[in-house]
Amino acid sequence: MFANPAFLFTQVLNAFSLGMNLFLIAVGLTLIFGVLRIVNFAHGAFFMLGAYICYSTVQWVGGRGVAFWLGVAAAGVVLALLAWGVERGLLRRLYDRDPLTQLLFTFALVLILGDAAKMVWGTEQYSVPYPAGLDRAVDLGLVFYPRYLLFLCAAGPLVALGLWFVLARTRWGRIVRAATQDREMLSALGVDVTRVYAAVFAAGSALAGIGGALAVPRLALSPGMDATLIVECFIVVIIGGLGSLWGSFVGALALGFVTVFGAVLLPEWEIVLTYLLMLAVLLWRPWGLWGRPEAGAAE
Amino acid sequence: MSRRQRGLGLVLALVALLCLPLWGSRYLLDLSTEVAIFALFALSLNLLVGYAGDVSFGHAAYFAIGAYANAILLTSYEWPLALSLPAAVLLSATAALFIGYFCVRLSAIYFAMLTLAFAMLVWSIAFKWRGLTGGDDGFIGVRLPAFLEHRTAFFYFTLAVVLVSAVLLRRICRSAFGHTLLALRENRLRAEFVGIDSRRVRLLAFVVAGGFAGVAGGLFALYNRGVFVESAFWTESARVLIMVLLGGMYSFFGPALGAAVLYVLEALINQYTEYWPAVLGLILLGILLFLPEGLVSLGRRWRTPGDD
Repeated sequence: MFANPAFLFTQVLNAFSLGMNLFLIAVGLTLIFGVLRIVNFAHGAFFMLGAYICYSTVQWVGGRGVAFWLGVAAAGVVLALLAWGVERGLLRRLYDRDPLTQLLFTFALVLILGDAAKMVWGTEQYSVPYPAGLDRAVDLGLVFYPRYLLFLCAAGPLVALGLWFVLARTRWGRIVRAATQDREMLSALGVDVTRVYAAVFAAGSALAGIGGALAVPRLALSPGMDATLIVECFIVVIIGGLGSLWGSFVGALALGFVTVFGAVLLPEWEIVLTYLLMLAVLLWRPWGLWGRPEAGAAE
Repeated sequence: MSRRQRGLGLVLALVALLCLPLWGSRYLLDLSTEVAIFALFALSLNLLVGYAGDVSFGHAAYFAIGAYANAILLTSYEWPLALSLPAAVLLSATAALFIGYFCVRLSAIYFAMLTLAFAMLVWSIAFKWRGLTGGDDGFIGVRLPAFLEHRTAFFYFTLAVVLVSAVLLRRICRSAFGHTLLALRENRLRAEFVGIDSRRVRLLAFVVAGGFAGVAGGLFALYNRGVFVESAFWTESARVLIMVLLGGMYSFFGPALGAAVLYVLEALINQYTEYWPAVLGLILLGILLFLPEGLVSLGRRWRTPGDD
């Protein structure tokens, strides 16, 4: 494989675009964990809903140009609203409860949303073509490569930089970072922490929806896709460290490369490889690459 | 309820179970067998969740290891059941020892995530190691010993194994070790100050819980005449956690009650709608919001304080 530069180059691009798509989804999960200290199993269901909403928008609007981007926007908006409602109506009652309660609450959402998607969209498989303008392959000198996947390769770092800018350089970002450090102090300073929580939960879930919509041209939509995706997201954020933006970026890249190159070098066993990668990281750094041990989380 | 009344209730329940094959239908007998197996599975998980305060989100792994080991040793290697079941339990406990060694270094949500990750590693190996496990086709055609061919005999056998295991687990929970676990759950720091080696104690609990999950898995492989890779998937770990929560994690028998109620509800609701998962999700939401200590706490409301 390494003797053939064109093949190697294609695989690197495949790994990168897969990793970036994973990052777009998983970064919402890590953002939510950083502030709310909740591992959201429903993140996969939010991803799936985003994908279905994008598909339906494309069907409804028709055409291959603007319809897809409307679908991406619709996925983000609907998921933000849904998550905001869930946070205001239910989740906020559970902040001072134990981790088991919070985990099973998000699992209840998985069960309900999974069946809701089945009621609306049935059990058929759907797919959406690449949007117009990004549907051709582009000549990179060494190989021809689909433009859409290159777009994903670019979207990942752009979103990462955008989020970093918001978190590091704006007033809003300062408040969110403060909420990850010390919620009580933030509240004492006169910030309405519950609104911060709702906003972060909505924003993180919107990212899951957008990530799902952007994944639609890459894969076929089917019920149950959320159960495997959420595990991939967990791997990403566990490798990177729960709550870390750049950690999830590196974790997503690592998972992309292990998945793609594992499939080439050790076909059939790439799934096992991804878990072994994660365990290797955890044995080295129990809280992930960029994770910090939580006070009282371990001795 | 006084202690004597509760004892009477248990004896009556046991008599009813023993008489079940006399008047129950085949369906009821099968359902009861399955409930008994999953009651044991839920009881084993509660040693971690309810007693040690460690939320394992990967308990299905040990169930699946026990199931696969028992099925493979019985069928592929033609071991007798008297050897294969203990070997399967030993294997589950050994896997729990290996995995637990890494997991007890963490706690709370990090512990939950790491147990989930290890369980998915087990799932992925079972999924890919076709030669041994049958992969996603499942391991089918488990060779059953002749004396278990009849469903009544199988029911009594399961009941006996589950009861013996439950009695053992209860003894463990009531021992000094069980109280040490409670101390760790209530206040880890203080427990460590009085000289408890928390990692060692939690690891021991993890191994014991894994072993009993292996017993349940081994029985299920016989009952189901096969093992499927889904039994190691993370949603299965979530399902047994729901049983624990539904029944009540702060009581020894709560999780067993949770398993029974979950199965009965599933059987009932499946007659009316194909959307049982959504109904389960709604039930789960209701329990989490309004009955956090599970169904057992309903009974407690009528109990006078101090008679426990």
